[in-house]
Amino acid sequence: MAELLRTHPLQAWSTALERLPDTVGITAEPFVAMAVVRLGAAASEALDAALPTVPNTWAQHGTGRAVWLGPDEWLLSSTTETPEQLEARIRAAVVPLGGSVTDVSAQRIGLRLTGARVRDVLAKGCSIDLHPRVFGRGNSAQTLLGQAGVVLLALSDVGDDFLVLVRASFAGYLADWLLDAALEFTPTHDS
Amino acid sequence: MQLIECPWCGPREEVEFHYGGQAHVPYPDAPAEVSDEEWAHYVFFRDNTKGRFAERWCHSAGCRRWFNAIRDTATYRFESVHRLDAPQPHATELARSRRSTAP
Ligand SMILES: [Zn+2]
Repeated sequence: MAELLRTHPLQAWSTALERLPDTVGITAEPFVAMAVVRLGAAASEALDAALPTVPNTWAQHGTGRAVWLGPDEWLLSSTTETPEQLEARIRAAVVPLGGSVTDVSAQRIGLRLTGARVRDVLAKGCSIDLHPRVFGRGNSAQTLLGQAGVVLLALSDVGDDFLVLVRASFAGYLADWLLDAALEFTPTHDS
Repeated sequence: MQLIECPWCGPREEVEFHYGGQAHVPYPDAPAEVSDEEWAHYVFFRDNTKGRFAERWCHSAGCRRWFNAIRDTATYRFESVHRLDAPQPHATELARSRRSTAP
């Protein structure tokens, strides 16, 4: 019986992504554990950490991040725990308070966009104002990029570092879309 | 493209939203006791207002929350949006405005 190897949904795009210049750098982030927690105002206390309560923001949460998804809903990630460990830790904290937690590690993958022109690339398919004056580090948005639903996180205060979380089945589409949008900022080789 | 203001996320493109029909349709107090005709009215019959109309909308490509809005069906202009946990001025306010504009 053939062994099933875990592969990244964007493995086939890795060469094309590596060829991009630094001004429009796109890299597929490694897998991280992610969980969605649903709980009212008691969530922050239960998790012993400040969860963002301002809509469309994110905050550091241990080794990962906590992203506001709704008034009673957050996306938590962890780079050091396995999905099972993350889910178990949060479950122990929120279930006694009537909350719920779901492991969504396999749902989304991360694309890191770095460089001076990535804001221009994103602007081709995203109507949100991404200028660092209004979308600096700590801001997030659930919106459409091209035709794909994404969670967009601003990681820098100068608008040159973003994390795009996209559903795994849309990752190939979005990678193609991003490569096409970045073409304008990619010098051709033989000129 | 029209921008719609989500009460949580702020102004977003209209393609991110899903229309939910007329707002504040009261659920029958005793659903088991209403006649077929009354039930059909509850399920299928809606106002077809020209002008200000209280509607439900969902920010389906964003925060996925339902909210209420007052929109002018003639101009498409959104007058106000309300979170579901906010007091709902719509029904009385709309009734009043309808009375005052009635011939
Ligand atoms: Zn919203």
